[in-house]
Amino acid sequence: MQKRKRIMDAETIRRALVRIAHEILERNKGIEGLVLIGIRRGGENVATRLARILKEIEGKSVPCGFMDITMYRDDLYHMSHQPEVHKTSVNFALEKKAVVLVDDVLFTGRTVRAAMDSVIDLGRPKSIQLAVLIDRGHREFPIRPDFVGRNIPTSRTDLIEAVVDPKGKEDRVELIETEETKGKE
Amino acid sequence: MKVIKPQPTEQTGKIVIRGARLVDPGQKIDDPKDLLIENGAVKAVLKPKEKVSGAKAIDLSGLIITPGLVDIHTHLREPGYEYKETIASGTYAAIAGGFTAIACMPNTDPVNDSPSVTEYILKRAAEAGLAKVYPIGAISKGSRGEELSEMASLAESGAVGFSDDGKPVMNADLMRRALEYAKALDRPIISHCEDLNLAASGVMNESPVSTELGLPAVPAASEEVMVGRDIILAHYTGSKLHLAHLSTKGSLALVRNAKENGAKISCETCPHYFTLTEIAVKESGYDPNTKVNPPLRGEDDRTALIAALKDGTIDAIASDHAPHNSAAKEVEFLIAASGISGLETSLGLSLRLVRERKISLYRLIELMSTNPAKILGINAGSLKPGFPADITVIDLEKKWKVSARNFKSLSKNTPFDGWALIGKAVMVFLAGKEIKLE
Amino acid sequence: MKLSVKSLIGLRDLSRQEIEFILDQSESFKEINYRPIKKVPTLRGKTIINLFIEPSTRTRTSFEIAGKRLSADVINFSASQSSLTKGETLSDTVRNLEAMKPDLIIVRSQAAGIPELFARTVSTPVINAGDGFHEHPTQGLLDLFTVRERRKKISGLKIAIVGDIRHSRVARSNIYGFSKLGAQVTVVGPPTMIPPGIEELGCKVSYHLDPVIPDSDVIMMLRIQLERGSGNFLPSLREYSKFYGLNLKRLEQAKKEVLIMHPGPVNRGVEISPEVADGNYSVILDQVENGVAVRMALLYLFCGGAEEVSA
Repeated sequence: MQKRKRIMDAETIRRALVRIAHEILERNKGIEGLVLIGIRRGGENVATRLARILKEIEGKSVPCGFMDITMYRDDLYHMSHQPEVHKTSVNFALEKKAVVLVDDVLFTGRTVRAAMDSVIDLGRPKSIQLAVLIDRGHREFPIRPDFVGRNIPTSRTDLIEAVVDPKGKEDRVELIETEETKGKE
Repeated sequence: MKVIKPQPTEQTGKIVIRGARLVDPGQKIDDPKDLLIENGAVKAVLKPKEKVSGAKAIDLSGLIITPGLVDIHTHLREPGYEYKETIASGTYAAIAGGFTAIACMPNTDPVNDSPSVTEYILKRAAEAGLAKVYPIGAISKGSRGEELSEMASLAESGAVGFSDDGKPVMNADLMRRALEYAKALDRPIISHCEDLNLAASGVMNESPVSTELGLPAVPAASEEVMVGRDIILAHYTGSKLHLAHLSTKGSLALVRNAKENGAKISCETCPHYFTLTEIAVKESGYDPNTKVNPPLRGEDDRTALIAALKDGTIDAIASDHAPHNSAAKEVEFLIAASGISGLETSLGLSLRLVRERKISLYRLIELMSTNPAKILGINAGSLKPGFPADITVIDLEKKWKVSARNFKSLSKNTPFDGWALIGKAVMVFLAGKEIKLE
Repeated sequence: MKLSVKSLIGLRDLSRQEIEFILDQSESFKEINYRPIKKVPTLRGKTIINLFIEPSTRTRTSFEIAGKRLSADVINFSASQSSLTKGETLSDTVRNLEAMKPDLIIVRSQAAGIPELFARTVSTPVINAGDGFHEHPTQGLLDLFTVRERRKKISGLKIAIVGDIRHSRVARSNIYGFSKLGAQVTVVGPPTMIPPGIEELGCKVSYHLDPVIPDSDVIMMLRIQLERGSGNFLPSLREYSKFYGLNLKRLEQAKKEVLIMHPGPVNRGVEISPEVADGNYSVILDQVENGVAVRMALLYLFCGGAEEVSA
């Protein structure tokens, strides 16, 4: 039994991303020393869109990389077989930088925990901040986002489906209420 | 088929040979034909008396002309044993016997297992300027039967085949690898078939005769087990195998059977095996000139060889020319060196078979020219236009007496001394240059 | 993708899709080797045993580094240390090891069939690091990875493998690997070094090197050695080098984009001249680098996963 509800459409998502971009700039007093790292795979396109918006606002590029955190997951030994790993591509130094981790949905916080371990293995940043499009609650770890697009209350068994494409045409966030399935991270 | 470049010899202008009968099985010719030669090569095979301009005519009426005879198995002893024979004297003996090309075995000192020895042999042959010499390289280093020799390098420097002749390759695995390795070089492995353990200290054929004479003896099986072994290995590896100096009827049966099953096998025998038998040892009174390896066999072996020469089981007649100085031969039979100085009697003894109507002259030329050239893959054995004008001229009626004293070879070890023979090579042409033999 | 095999015995057992999956994963792991901190916690707490009955420094080191970079505990066993010299059977040795609960056993042996024996005897996954003349799957995979990295597509390429094919597990694994991915393999060597029936593994045969060079996209040279008794196969290194060695003169006949490979260690001046080994067409060092990445991916894929999934 599934009930699908559209929470955000393309225009809503766009406005949220613009607001997040301004908040990032406000908090960090501009674009200097700022880098974005999108958490694969949901955070990749969100990071790309944020980087583009930041460039439009400030007129300067912000370095943007992508990180796969599969190797840092805490549930590797609990699955029937190893999940597929994807590439990490962070081609800039992190020393003295404010790293903004970007993801589409924040849920239990385990992904962000793994992402922080991965960032620290890549270098020693000045600070790590977290920007998410959706916060759906149900934290299992003490992780809180610095920048949120929208808070959406959900029950544990619900699914959030977020689609953010680089061009912004197909964007949508949908809530799927369901009894049987397990929660996604 | 790889073709070997001939050694340089003098070139002459235009020559036409008139009046002779051309026997060239390679062109399926056994007829009166005239032959036009230009610049050392055959230009055309002509009808008798066909008009030709500007050519020096040579009248060979009443004689036979054939592609130069090729002796596929000789020992030239140089380097190392120049007191028995040198390349100069050996090629002189070859010409005297009617051969324009000979292949020489590698059991010299040093053994021909390296390009430097092959090149030396070719150089000395070129200096002598007589019969062409085609070196056979060793199968194993030093012919010790332990490790393959550098066969590819030997082939590159002019070796036309490989053999450890004088000795067998006792290690079957080494023989198998040699056959395989030679496959890539498109050259035959020539096998001296003798099981050293069976042969032990034997010096003549094992039979009632050896028992009577009280000499240790070699059973026919010693040759036959190795013939069988090598045929099987050659079949398994798909390689070209040539069996040297076959002497027993059992060997012939194995070859016949292998050929019927399509194997790439060729084989040779020597005039002494189809002319003499073990009785010669007895009748000569233990004359060491009758000591040869493989030994002279029994009468049914001899008749079987002649039948095999006729029916195609045997592909070639070779002399196995094995010159030895007198010190090596004029000792007790038991310790005398094995071998017959055979280049100068090979044709004469073979022509006896033609006279006795055992085989045709056409077949004989196949055995002594066409086939040996094909087995070695050399540019000889045929007088087709384009081939070098290496020609043997035979007088079928010439009466002569074998005189070892007058051999051109340095060595006189032959059991045929004093024999009256009919038929002889009276002339050869080397690249169109005529050499009278008398 | 879940692999169809629990142990990696040979490339003959893997499908094209599985091989391509492993190569894809290897790309992700390669990046770790460029970080200042070359470590990820992925196999933390896993025990990996390197059981090298046939000694090897290079392959063993490659596996050890791969394991350690994934935070695993890697234990090395070599033939002289092991209880094998005290007369213990191999089955006993491996069962004893299993009792200590390793997560993965990597084995290299002079005898073919040992990894398979282990895989049948214990429940621990086994990776074959080379068994006799049979297979060396991790080498085959790193060779495929190296070619794919340079040429993007393996299908349609012409691969020449030159040397003692008869005694080469690298050749066999590469024949399987490259032909499964759509390349055409030709093995080259003197007839004594080409084993009978090798074509049935999926390759062509040539007894001469020169005719094969102009068409080849990859020329892989195998190491030639003369041990005692090998004089039956090969007269001398000098002759081999003359007719089958890859030197600059031969290289002139090759394609402009040819890749020169060698599983190592290289016999300079024998199968390959120093100028070619060190030259612009050589990817020999890339092979070594990629070996670590490929082995990391394999350790990851074969080492993890629970028997039962816990909540």
